[in-house]
Amino acid sequence: MAVGTEYLAEQPKLRTSAIVLSAVAIAALLAAPFFFYPVLVMSILCFALFACAFNLLIGYVGLLSFGHAAFFGGAAYFTAHAAKVWGWEPLAAILLGAAGAAAMGLVMGFLAIRRQGIYFAMITLALSQMFAFICLQVPFTHGEDGIQGVPRGYLLGIVDLNQPLAMYYFTLAIFLFGFFAIWRIVHSPFGNILKAIRENERRAVSLGYRVDRYKLGAFVMSAALAGLAGGTKAIVFQFATLTDVAWQMSGEVILMTLLGGIGTMIGPVVGAGLVITLQKYLAASDFPVTVLIGIIFVICVLLFRRGIVGEILEFMKRKPKGTA
Amino acid sequence: MSTIFGIPTPALYGQILIGLINGSFYAMLSLGLAVIFGLLRVINFAHGAQYMLGAFAAYLLLNWLGINYWLALVLAPLAVGVIAVIIERTMLSRLYGVDHLYGLLLTFGLALILEGAFRYWFGAAGQPYAAPSQLTGAVNLGFMFMPVYRGWVVVASLVVCIGTWLLIEKTRLGAYLRAATENATLVQAFGVNVPLLLTLTYGLGAALAAFAGVLAAPIYQVSPLMGSNLIIIVFAVVVVGGMGSILGAIVTGYVLGVLEGLTKVFYPEASSIVIFVIMAIVLLVRPAGLFGREE
Repeated sequence: MAVGTEYLAEQPKLRTSAIVLSAVAIAALLAAPFFFYPVLVMSILCFALFACAFNLLIGYVGLLSFGHAAFFGGAAYFTAHAAKVWGWEPLAAILLGAAGAAAMGLVMGFLAIRRQGIYFAMITLALSQMFAFICLQVPFTHGEDGIQGVPRGYLLGIVDLNQPLAMYYFTLAIFLFGFFAIWRIVHSPFGNILKAIRENERRAVSLGYRVDRYKLGAFVMSAALAGLAGGTKAIVFQFATLTDVAWQMSGEVILMTLLGGIGTMIGPVVGAGLVITLQKYLAASDFPVTVLIGIIFVICVLLFRRGIVGEILEFMKRKPKGTA
Repeated sequence: MSTIFGIPTPALYGQILIGLINGSFYAMLSLGLAVIFGLLRVINFAHGAQYMLGAFAAYLLLNWLGINYWLALVLAPLAVGVIAVIIERTMLSRLYGVDHLYGLLLTFGLALILEGAFRYWFGAAGQPYAAPSQLTGAVNLGFMFMPVYRGWVVVASLVVCIGTWLLIEKTRLGAYLRAATENATLVQAFGVNVPLLLTLTYGLGAALAAFAGVLAAPIYQVSPLMGSNLIIIVFAVVVVGGMGSILGAIVTGYVLGVLEGLTKVFYPEASSIVIFVIMAIVLLVRPAGLFGREE
């Protein structure tokens, strides 16, 4: 599954083109609210960050978490509560959400890393379901109603986030920060050890690495970043509900990552963009969204397991060999 | 009225019975999951959907064709088993060579398709399904009144669980199955048709889920989401029991069902999470599960 970025780094030509592409992408994101409905783009950015955080685990450590909705939705609740009930400044509220998600990640990760592979997926799913049941019962989440009418507030007490453009650029800044953080983690010595664990856990153990600590560290970072995305979403949409903590949400983020390309940097962003856009257009029609999501899952698993970006990178990798 | 720990005994017995019923479904479903996982190394996320399919098959057989409960108890598992065999042949069998996680993701996708489609056709609300006339009413057990149908569910699930266990532990087919679980390549070299064995196992596991679905139809309402809510709890049951042993899966299912029922009596707020809490404790104390072995 290892594709993409390592390869790009080895190829000076491709590296320059990658830098150019990134610059174009950032310019496009800066211009996006003038051409598209800003709320749609903000929604995509939140889910893209969520998917990138999830991909940090599945793509670079090889751990399939089926419970990431707990971090995303949990952070949304924490942020919404802090902003609405305690009247916190939005950035502080979002950071609280991320910190809460990190703390949950520490507990869930500590339990889940005791088993490997398929059990890891089942344990994370069960623990997140437990969290969803708790959210249904404790008073501060307001049960089925959720936390409604969360104020967007003034960023650092100055910038009015009720202005659509201000909200958009704030969301974009958080997304870019999160994306860059993941890029740094993956391309650090720590990230290399994570990849070593993914490729061969036993060998990593025999080389003297405390694999469990690295796994837990990656799990907490992934949870915190998923929380960053969830908290931001609560401020953007001004509510937090049970939908965000439900297992279907964990399934959706898996789909976004799988569709875009597991283990690629921008795959999850592409996947999130496609899934969210699709959902928006289907919402107007009669066709059941769940069925379509299921169909995309089946097609991805059977026909292109590398995902869209993964397949493109694989194609690029093959072509120079053929021409040389 | 007599009480135990301040709880009226009828309420206590009533919740233990409900726990035993839930436990019956946990046991049947985790048994099917364990059998499929043992041989195919696939966590069948569609297990809940297949259970739901069984319940809907019974409902549709009755309402469209007038076929009664007893025939549905045979026909529904058969139909779901055939569908499962087709799924295994056309899709699942392509994934044996790749990471096991893809099997989980494929069956997850299939579960979403089935649930979404049934929700689209029948709505999210439950449809009632009447228990057969032979099994209505209640009997006086001396210490409590027990609805006949609930007693039947406990007995039927015990028979199915023990039957499956005997099939796997005591018959020649079961011996092939266990041998293939240990070392599929070697068993294939001995001339056993392993791909066929895999297909049959998946069909059998799905049929078990559908049988549980038919049993559940008169107790819980027949609804598109009945499976997914249950399957996540069953995953926790499987983690607690460990998937190494068939008997372990059965025992864990019943015990956790009863514990959940007891929690409803003594601390109702925690009843929906008690199985997950037990799972967390087991993971801390014995990560491989109560009956599992470290891999």
